[in-house]
Amino acid sequence: MRKRRSAAGAIFALFGFALLAAGPARAELRIEITKGVSGAVPIAVVPFGWRVDGVSPADDVAAIVAADLARSGRFEPMPRSQMLETPTTGAEVDFQDWRLLNAQILVIGQITPAGPDSVSIQFQVFDIFRGDQILGYRMNAPVERLRGASHRIADMIFEKLTGISGAFATRIAYITVDREGDGQRYRLIVADSDGDNPNVIADSADPIMSPAWSPDGRKLAYVSFEGGRSQVYVQVLRTGFRESVSNRLGVNGAPAWHPSGKSLALTLSERDGNLDIYTLDLGSGRLQRVTRHSAIDTEPEWTPDGQDILFTSDRAGGPQIYRVPASGGDVERITFEGNYNARARISPDGKRVAVVHNDRGNYRIAVVDLNRRSAQVLSEGRLDEAPSFAPNGAALIYASRRDGSGLLETVSVDGLVRGRISSPGSDVREPVWSPYPPN
Amino acid sequence: MKIRLMIILAACAWLTAGCQTTPVDEPTTGPGTATSGTATDDGAQTSGIDDDGGFSGMDLDGSQADRIGMQGDPLLETRVILFDYDSSEVRSDFNDVLAAHAAYLAANPSVAVRLEGHADERGSREYNIGLGESRAQAVRRILVLQAVEASQIRTVSFGEERPAMFGTSEEAWERNRRVEIVYP
Repeated sequence: MRKRRSAAGAIFALFGFALLAAGPARAELRIEITKGVSGAVPIAVVPFGWRVDGVSPADDVAAIVAADLARSGRFEPMPRSQMLETPTTGAEVDFQDWRLLNAQILVIGQITPAGPDSVSIQFQVFDIFRGDQILGYRMNAPVERLRGASHRIADMIFEKLTGISGAFATRIAYITVDREGDGQRYRLIVADSDGDNPNVIADSADPIMSPAWSPDGRKLAYVSFEGGRSQVYVQVLRTGFRESVSNRLGVNGAPAWHPSGKSLALTLSERDGNLDIYTLDLGSGRLQRVTRHSAIDTEPEWTPDGQDILFTSDRAGGPQIYRVPASGGDVERITFEGNYNARARISPDGKRVAVVHNDRGNYRIAVVDLNRRSAQVLSEGRLDEAPSFAPNGAALIYASRRDGSGLLETVSVDGLVRGRISSPGSDVREPVWSPYPPN
Repeated sequence: MKIRLMIILAACAWLTAGCQTTPVDEPTTGPGTATSGTATDDGAQTSGIDDDGGFSGMDLDGSQADRIGMQGDPLLETRVILFDYDSSEVRSDFNDVLAAHAAYLAANPSVAVRLEGHADERGSREYNIGLGESRAQAVRRILVLQAVEASQIRTVSFGEERPAMFGTSEEAWERNRRVEIVYP
């Protein structure tokens, strides 16, 4: 309970600025932690000192770091109003004062000039009880990229304290649908993983679906029904340049990037409308057929080694997940629990598969262990779909429905931490977590 | 009008804000080019809060129903074929409707038809594209068996993306598992 309040406080601080900059943006996302781990670590992230003349900071680094850590559900940031002092250097820290406040971890920092339009951010992380420095770091960043730098800092702190790579400096792509007049408006949006900085990258009166990040995080493939028929597009995020890569008769769907970024797996229907899996070399345009079956074969997903493809097929009746070598060969069934398992997404380590699973009439996200073949249901909704792993493999984001509208939810793979991301007034769906940004 | 203008201005301000903030290490979040889609005059529709459960889209406009020989025939004016859950088998109660459309198309080989397959909202979206396509193909096969030229027929699947009825209910699901017969 206390956790929820402090998280909301941090997030309000985070979004105060965003609301001013964005106005009534329909893409605005609202994030709340709905369930954190018991015994989340109390942490004090003190406002960073700002030692740069002239410009005042647009982004509050410490607030962004605190909000990220709160969102993980594993930390409970202290409200600023409770801080007795705001040290910005190690010499100013009085550990006894912080012990009295029951904080376990202390983060302080300061920002100094590092050149024209660029700053140096120095921060330190202390174990309050032992009075030791756990982490000290200095990084340079352009002034206008303080927000991204803040997420990087949160990643470093998170990794140091939990041993899990952080995924705060990542992004999510998702689709929003708004009813407008007699029709609907579909938008493909890319935002920071905290929901901030949303950018509409495609906008259409016809359906847009199935966004997929390229492995380098620079492009998105997606399906668009502009003109009343499906096509697969690849769009470069930075320039907005896009290209139709599959525009064949019938279904062009479910693009999935090979780990090399050089080819896509996708679903095509033949002239007779039978859906099968193909691979498309993006350089040469060469198309290769992977499955050949009269059933619905769709939703391909590459294994991390780029050798095999997982896919959904109803060849045994209801949809189940199968695996096939990309070069063709024997098809092996992967899922056996329940009568509906679809849209496999594989964990970064290749050991687990997230699926849409029919759990006694409810469509929920389950994770299947590929060795033990056992399924664990992680979500709690009735119409959950579109699971996507965070690049650190520690959490999933997926789409749910509540009160007739779509929203996004996150869950840690152990099921202990839950979060909800909604966009009031918009139907939000098909979230896809980006890979780590390139270094 | 004023409201619409405000929203457009707000959208511009928002896009501009988007341009200015770029991530620290990978400046790939420019606003990009908005893809086309038809320009619509719908910027500032305010929607009531009780929209859910209402119907949308797909009115069968006069030009379709006015075709010679179609008017007044209840079978030919039936343009929606419904399906069971996770099934693309055409139900026998639609045999007469499809026979009427087949006869009409066979007698009018210059008339084209588009079969739009749809699914209800449950389950995964691309699998539902597959279900919608299977349903459209099942209808197509019946028409072709009854002497309609394959070249007269086009199919498209919208999966669950274009519901006939919004809302989460058995009734909505039943109406949304369908193939629409569209005479363009």
